[in-house]
Amino acid sequence: MSGQRWFQRRRTGLGWQPAGWQGWAITLVVVGAVIAVVVLLRGSSARIPVVIAILAAYAVVALATGGSRPGEVPSPGERPSEGESDAGVGGDEQREALSTLTVGRSATGSPGEPALVVEHLTKQFGERLAVHDVSFSVGVGEVFGFLGPNGAGKTTTVRMLATLIAPTSGRARVAGVPLDAANGVEVRKRIAVMTENPGLYLRLTVAENLAFFAGLYELAEPEKRIGQALAAVNLAGRANDPCGSLSKGLRQRVALARALLSNPAVVFLDEPTSGLDPVASRDVHELIDGLRERGVTVFLTTHRLEEAERLCDRVAILNTSLRTIGRPDELRDRLFTKTLLVRTAAPLASPETVFAVSGVDGWRADDTTRYQLTVSDTRIAAPAVTRALVAAGADLLSLAEAQHSLEDVYLELIADNPEATR
Amino acid sequence: MSLKRVGSVVHKEIREFRRNRFVIGTMAALPLVFLITPMITIFKTPESASASQARAAFGVISLLMLIVPVVLPPVIAAYSVVGERDQGTLEPVLTTPVRASELLLGKAIATFLPSVGLAYAIYLVILVSIRLGAAHVVSDVAFHPPQLLAQILFIPLLALWSIWVGIGISSRATDVRVAQQLATLASLPLLAFTSLISFQVIAPSVPLATGLALALLAIDAAGWRIVARLFDPERLITGRPNKSIQGEAS
Repeated sequence: MSGQRWFQRRRTGLGWQPAGWQGWAITLVVVGAVIAVVVLLRGSSARIPVVIAILAAYAVVALATGGSRPGEVPSPGERPSEGESDAGVGGDEQREALSTLTVGRSATGSPGEPALVVEHLTKQFGERLAVHDVSFSVGVGEVFGFLGPNGAGKTTTVRMLATLIAPTSGRARVAGVPLDAANGVEVRKRIAVMTENPGLYLRLTVAENLAFFAGLYELAEPEKRIGQALAAVNLAGRANDPCGSLSKGLRQRVALARALLSNPAVVFLDEPTSGLDPVASRDVHELIDGLRERGVTVFLTTHRLEEAERLCDRVAILNTSLRTIGRPDELRDRLFTKTLLVRTAAPLASPETVFAVSGVDGWRADDTTRYQLTVSDTRIAAPAVTRALVAAGADLLSLAEAQHSLEDVYLELIADNPEATR
Repeated sequence: MSLKRVGSVVHKEIREFRRNRFVIGTMAALPLVFLITPMITIFKTPESASASQARAAFGVISLLMLIVPVVLPPVIAAYSVVGERDQGTLEPVLTTPVRASELLLGKAIATFLPSVGLAYAIYLVILVSIRLGAAHVVSDVAFHPPQLLAQILFIPLLALWSIWVGIGISSRATDVRVAQQLATLASLPLLAFTSLISFQVIAPSVPLATGLALALLAIDAAGWRIVARLFDPERLITGRPNKSIQGEAS
């Protein structure tokens, strides 16, 4: 055994460590030694100092070897490499593990019933209204994005649906179970929540953390489930690492494995990529895609609009009350008029005549050769405008539909509402 | 009530204690403190001492033996809820099917086992030392059956009481240190009670010891229910009290 390994063993092997029978042996030896001193030195004035010395030595040994601090890293040889932290979660083995994990998932209630139904949910903390009259539903197997600025009430809504805090008013059904005081345990059996802070026990290993939660969910064959969950997030080789030694990205993955452990019908992910590098974020995205493919309902709370646009079937934008809800493209259509952008080589002689065609509701010139046309239907307006430009002898450089991102939608709805703070 | 969930909490807590320098330090230091003084008292008592002198000497030892289960558990128990909240692990736990009563019972058992184990171990060492090395007159007092029964019964029951006080305070406190200080303070009144028995102001007898033990058992059982009701996840997570649906009901 190398010196380094021996030191590592000493640091964790004595005292009352998990596999440390040595700790108990030392305690028994000390007890025996004290008794022996008392008996053998009977009548001698030296017995008290000797007993004190034995107990002091025992205390020093126990203090010096009795455990690691939270977050204390293992020896360099056991520290995770950056390469490992970047390993993807989207490989075939991981997909297979994810597939196995999601077999036989718990039902969500009646067939065809949405996974989440929220009606007029309101939460007030003292004078402050955190969530006001929020209603929406989420279908089974849907990835639903919940967007909003800090303090908008996203986390409060998740906490209400996870039965952590009680709504002030309103109703909800979570995985087919009505949200009320009698059903707290039943609701929590069918859901999993990945909080923004991974919330891992840093002194425990990855497997011990998951074993604890497997016990709380009363899972049959917990070791098998833990192995599958770790394989699904590509952490199978790290099961015995203390969580305190893991990078933030790896901790996030452990938290994700924990959320998958119970094969929940609805997974609440609160900022799952917060603080992750782009590669790790991509891995999480692939995992969410994998969950969608397997029919798991995902309720995704995020600030990252490109993430929501890429992953979510529908999004809701919240700022205490619900501002809008729908598919990202629906929201764009709803909020922004359809626009054609026209660029010509030279200024048009009579743009008002050229653009007076069917499907064009109005127009304006951005500069002498760029025009913005408001249209009701691009499929009708674009060919008509092209024909009109050609007929007018214009040299057309480009004609394109203006694209609005989810970010534009978000800013349009939120930017003029600076009330949210946290 | 799910014993499996309670068992999971117990396992997790004990695993954490074993790797927590503070807990290990407390566990290691207490035997030292609580063994030294009794040892000196025992071995200073001469063979020629009167019965009243022997009772007085053993009264100190007996009191110290009952202080261990009163003082040690609240220090650990006070950390159990507010400490988890501070390190961000409480919220994920509360999103699982575990009930408040199961979580708290698991934490109480995990604190109870090492505390009482340690208290009994110290008591055993003292008794063996007395039998082998102390004056006969002290030995006669120490092995007086009602005295033994009182000690054996009261150690776990007092520990349980201290644990519920510690967990109760931990459920309402905003800071680990405040919780530990308050829990230790709240356990002190028990010392007055133990002093009365140790110094035989209340003369220990088998019926008295049994009666008091049953009363303590009832108080401990009520303590579990009261602390479970005091446990308010909404207050712990948001800092604002409310009635949540974490719930005892199924």
